[in-house]
Amino acid sequence: MSTRLNPLLESRAVRIGLTLVAAIILLLFLFAPLVVVFGEALSKGLGAYLDALTEPDTLSSIWLTLVVAAICVPVNLVFGICAAWCVAKFDFRGKSLLTTIIDLPFSVSPVIAGLIYVLVFGLQGWLGPWLRDHGIHIIFALPGIVLATLFITFPFVARELIPLMEEQGTEAEEAAVSLGANGWQVFRRVTLPNVKWGLLYGVLLCNARAMGEFGAVSVVSGHIRGRTTTMPLQVEILYNEYNMVAAFAVASLLAMLALVTLAVKTFFEWRYAKELAA
Amino acid sequence: MFAAALIVLVPISALFLRSAGLTWDQFIAAAFSPRVMASYRLSFGGALIAAVFNVIAGLIVAWVLVRYDFPFRKLVDALVDLPFALPTAVAGVALTALYAPKGVLGKALLSIGIKAAFTPLGVVLAMIFIGLPFVVRTVQPVLQDLEDEHEEAAVSLGADRWQVFTYVILPSILPALVTGFALAFARALGEYGSVIFIAGNMPGVSEIAPLMIVTKLEQYDYAGASAIATVMLVAAFAMLLVINSAQKWHQTRLAGR
Repeated sequence: MSTRLNPLLESRAVRIGLTLVAAIILLLFLFAPLVVVFGEALSKGLGAYLDALTEPDTLSSIWLTLVVAAICVPVNLVFGICAAWCVAKFDFRGKSLLTTIIDLPFSVSPVIAGLIYVLVFGLQGWLGPWLRDHGIHIIFALPGIVLATLFITFPFVARELIPLMEEQGTEAEEAAVSLGANGWQVFRRVTLPNVKWGLLYGVLLCNARAMGEFGAVSVVSGHIRGRTTTMPLQVEILYNEYNMVAAFAVASLLAMLALVTLAVKTFFEWRYAKELAA
Repeated sequence: MFAAALIVLVPISALFLRSAGLTWDQFIAAAFSPRVMASYRLSFGGALIAAVFNVIAGLIVAWVLVRYDFPFRKLVDALVDLPFALPTAVAGVALTALYAPKGVLGKALLSIGIKAAFTPLGVVLAMIFIGLPFVVRTVQPVLQDLEDEHEEAAVSLGADRWQVFTYVILPSILPALVTGFALAFARALGEYGSVIFIAGNMPGVSEIAPLMIVTKLEQYDYAGASAIATVMLVAAFAMLLVINSAQKWHQTRLAGR
């Protein structure tokens, strides 16, 4: 018999048992919902699926989602880089306050994030009467949706960058400065290339969340059909109308976005590991 | 971190209360009415059950992913993050379709007398879905970095596999497990999108606390919504505290090794 007993490995029965348990957990809780989305979307055939997706309200929800992401992702990219740069490369008073504020959207319920904006900008809120008098619409309009999404997606880029930047220290930057580089050159040629993959990953996560946020957007959107419904809200509306094919058709687009996000993420990790090895 | 959390979260709560202009008695009446109390019980209880389940399930999944080899391991590993990437509303409708009485798994459960969707059990199932990757992803790297030597030493001293696990491996991964538990619990507590579809939202039975905030808002009861949000914020703040101390403990563990 060639099988030597490895004392650091469980018996074969335990190994198979644990693998099976893990497989069942993942099947039931992760993969089954994913399969259901596509199954339900295509349950009446491809024609019905495409009809559901080209419905005007649905098209405008797709458009709104793209607009919101197109505003939020660049803004949070800049915010995230600045915040991470400050936290990782400098010491200053109130640094821990800044990191807490960065983390806050992760620990606050999305519903509460939406509520904060309603309390400030809503009709009964602090700025509500002033905004009404000047004809500015924030709550139940695009600006409110953008603000809520900005709040929710704020941590993603910074959270990815801070550990990477901290790990790399400041030696490379100091060397660049001693060779006569100015601040912008140091940032562009030394800091940024070092955190490239983390940055791309952060942007990816930020985008996925910006397009998929439901709770916070739901509170500030007002659910005006064809005008302030993003794709996740459109899923809810169609679902509550028992229009299952249409609801799951929109859901399937969002599920594809999630799958692409995971695929690109895996690719980034692979490239990053390759660069580290080189 | 602790002081900073205090500086940030207390003003937010104050802002809530002031903007709502509630007296203390009104606050108690809004935040602790019987219907709202039932929603806290479901949110906190459900999040607790889901997080405990996720600690066990997440440890098994992380263990299998790190230590064993099987077909499609890389693919499975990548898909563990699905609840992070999948929009919560999509997860919500998918879980409901799956566990509803007519759904594939719902039918199977119903045949053994268990009603999953539109009951508190459904709420817990959705909370397990969104919390699972938090435990896997905090435990996995620690498990990966464990060195064989400690286990070898234990074996050479006559320990069997179970003793090695409970006396050598478990103490090393305990801080990561606690962190994962707290993260999964906090997420489940505030979760809205993936829970409201499967919950069925029956007053006093399957309403979660975030839904109560939305319900009050829809009735233009801003004060009531703010009061409940304040209670939730204090809970989130307490969780932040647990997460931070677990991480500190984790770091001193690593430094002490």
